[in-house]
Amino acid sequence: MKALLSGNEAIALGAYHAGIRVATAYPGTPSTEILTELAKHDDIYAEWSTNEKVAMEVAIGSSYAGARTIVSMKHVGLNVASDPFMAVAATGVNGGLVVVTADDPGIGSSQNEQDNRYYGKLAGIPVLEPNDSQSAYDLTMYAFELSEKYDTPVILRSTTRISHSKAVVETDRERPQNLPALGFKFNAKKLVTLPAHARELHKVNVERLRKLAEASDEYEGNEEIFRSPDFGIITAGISYQHAMQIFPDASYLKLTFSYPLPENKIRDFASKVKKVIVIEELEPIMEEQIKAMGIDVEGKKYLPLCGELSADIIRKAAKAADWPGNLEHNDNLEPDYFPPRAPALCPGCPHVGLFYTLSNLAIRRADDDKKLIINGDIGCYTLGAQPPLNAMDACGCMGAGIGYSQGMYHAGLNQKTVSLIGDSTFLHSGMTTLLNAVYNKAEGLTIILDNSITAMTGHQPHPACPYTAQRKPTKAVDLVAVCRALGADSVETVNAFDMKALKDAVTSNLEKSGVNVLIVMGRCAAINKEGRGQKMFCSPFDCVKCGTCLKLGCPALKIGSNGTVEIDQDLCFGENCAICAQVCPKHAISKLDGGN
Amino acid sequence: MDIEHGFDIVLVGVGGQGVVLASDILSEVAMRNGYDVKKTDTLGMAQRGGSVVSNVRIAPKIYSPIIDRGDANFLVGFEKLETVRYADMLRTDGVTLMNDSKIDPVSVSTGKGEYPSDQAIDAEIAKYADNTIKFDATEKSHELGNVKVLNTIMLGALSFFLPFSVSKWNEVLAERLPAKVVDINLDAFKAGRAIILDIISRAEPADLSGDVEEEKEENNQYYM
Repeated sequence: MKALLSGNEAIALGAYHAGIRVATAYPGTPSTEILTELAKHDDIYAEWSTNEKVAMEVAIGSSYAGARTIVSMKHVGLNVASDPFMAVAATGVNGGLVVVTADDPGIGSSQNEQDNRYYGKLAGIPVLEPNDSQSAYDLTMYAFELSEKYDTPVILRSTTRISHSKAVVETDRERPQNLPALGFKFNAKKLVTLPAHARELHKVNVERLRKLAEASDEYEGNEEIFRSPDFGIITAGISYQHAMQIFPDASYLKLTFSYPLPENKIRDFASKVKKVIVIEELEPIMEEQIKAMGIDVEGKKYLPLCGELSADIIRKAAKAADWPGNLEHNDNLEPDYFPPRAPALCPGCPHVGLFYTLSNLAIRRADDDKKLIINGDIGCYTLGAQPPLNAMDACGCMGAGIGYSQGMYHAGLNQKTVSLIGDSTFLHSGMTTLLNAVYNKAEGLTIILDNSITAMTGHQPHPACPYTAQRKPTKAVDLVAVCRALGADSVETVNAFDMKALKDAVTSNLEKSGVNVLIVMGRCAAINKEGRGQKMFCSPFDCVKCGTCLKLGCPALKIGSNGTVEIDQDLCFGENCAICAQVCPKHAISKLDGGN
Repeated sequence: MDIEHGFDIVLVGVGGQGVVLASDILSEVAMRNGYDVKKTDTLGMAQRGGSVVSNVRIAPKIYSPIIDRGDANFLVGFEKLETVRYADMLRTDGVTLMNDSKIDPVSVSTGKGEYPSDQAIDAEIAKYADNTIKFDATEKSHELGNVKVLNTIMLGALSFFLPFSVSKWNEVLAERLPAKVVDINLDAFKAGRAIILDIISRAEPADLSGDVEEEKEENNQYYM
């Protein structure tokens, strides 16, 4: 069957056709849709785990039980999961185990640009790199065979441009009717990582890697395309596609099994072609290894280390390096500057009222040495750092903000802090940090922005939701009870759309001593379809052009032709947000039919 | 631009306007017409409100999914500011189809930036390509009773220039959209085509520069 599939859809279908029984993941751009797709199948088990470490551990258990298993995450998710990941790299598997890392070159939606191909080298396990949706589908199936044949987890490394691009895929296989029987193989020397066992396991790992290098040499997907004896390119992943646009007449060594490298194929290729270059996105991982083989290649001397590659970037490098290719191009003038349209919190977003409240507190407007410090976290609400809200001062990674505040407290900084974290992020990695505050007596306020969903990645459920990834009813944990059980001195809740209550709650909680939690409750606007009510309207007769409401940064509010505020009726969420009406000092904003 | 070389189409708009779904549908139609297709989207980190760009590449064989600056045959702009922001994607003989309607970005609504004038927009697009067709698809979507059909109106307009039959478009629209909105979207698609037909049939030579007339002659073979 021919279908137009994204890389993520192709990986999911490949895994399904490979006969997986279990899929685990924590949502993260650009990896999310792999599990979203797999969760649609009733004949496999798919879960949103509480975090990537848990997803990895559940996947390892499933593999030990004999089931083919896929675990998917974004690049930084593998940092969270790296502990069990390194453990399973040592123990090996039973059922095939494929670890998908979806990297984000160009940082479309991440906190950094790390190149997770290094994890293959770190753990001593194979790395496969698809170059389009078809190869994602084919490689996923191959990954399971490789995993079982060599008793190793396998990294399938995608990137945003693979995961989120659609291309035509021939899906020629079907899911096997009968899956191999399950069976746990009792072998403590393999599966219990005592130091005495681990020393032996490391030797096994090193020997396995040697055999995998042979497998990489034998793999037909590591393909030589000979066109020219003068100019050859070694490449992998999306870089191949960009390169073909600039160098259609070059010879290629097109790799999909990129760690360990196929050394014999590379030596053979380099011996047949006069000049060889390496084209890879981000780090010079292949280039350094090839140079270490004693082969003279060019690459990162001309190609950038940062950001995504494109045909355009490769063309510029080729001009500088004098590489032969299609270098003529219609190079347009540079575009003029136009006002940016940065991502913004949505109309009706339950985070906006809190950010506005925080940024307008007297303590937030104080001089820098007295100013309230806001330690944030990863989610839609990271956008609160932007103007006009400017309500975040530090944000590193999932779950970090609560810890940052504790460090500032223990260092003796004589300044109030507040930690902001979303509900899904709190359950991902905020709970242990809050527990740490209680145990180590770090005073401070933690605010949980509870919009009842994992919003930024497209509305996946989490443990405080009453249903699972496969839409089965489950027990929703109570965030208030969780925080109390962790030992917080006080836990309060407040309505995200009640500006007076928000201000009172934030002010009173900031005055308290001890470890305190305020949970700001309001459903994500994008899933809150039912309770919207009438649209809001700003009376041009009452508006005094003070600009107070514009400090919310709501995309529905704009300055109209006569200088007064206009509310875009297509964008406005409605009266059940009405934050703009509550902040307007002249009461100029009201429900559309609710005037005077 | 010809069928052998294919079509590079850039669709741009604001998050929530349905750019991604429109490019999905366009890609599916192209695939069902026997082409190789690749499409790629660039979105900001939030669900809505940011700038959204879709690249759709249609040809007998496609490698990179990214359209090179200066290569786009069509720029389909769902909003004026986003259209002009990506005008440098156009080939010199490229065609811009622009929804003549604006959504202020927060940088403008908070007074940090100024929305470009129509003259500035026209001048910027003219730096790269001559053929621009403007129409108010947002108003048309209101007439049809649902602002969410804006993307289908834009597809209808684009379809006028592509060698794919209306029945294939209708087939894909009916499959891809929820049953209860299929009819209104089929109407929206028809309305988009009608807008272009109307503009083209009313176009006077006086409205066009000499160069554009030549381009139009060439392009006419695809109107059949």
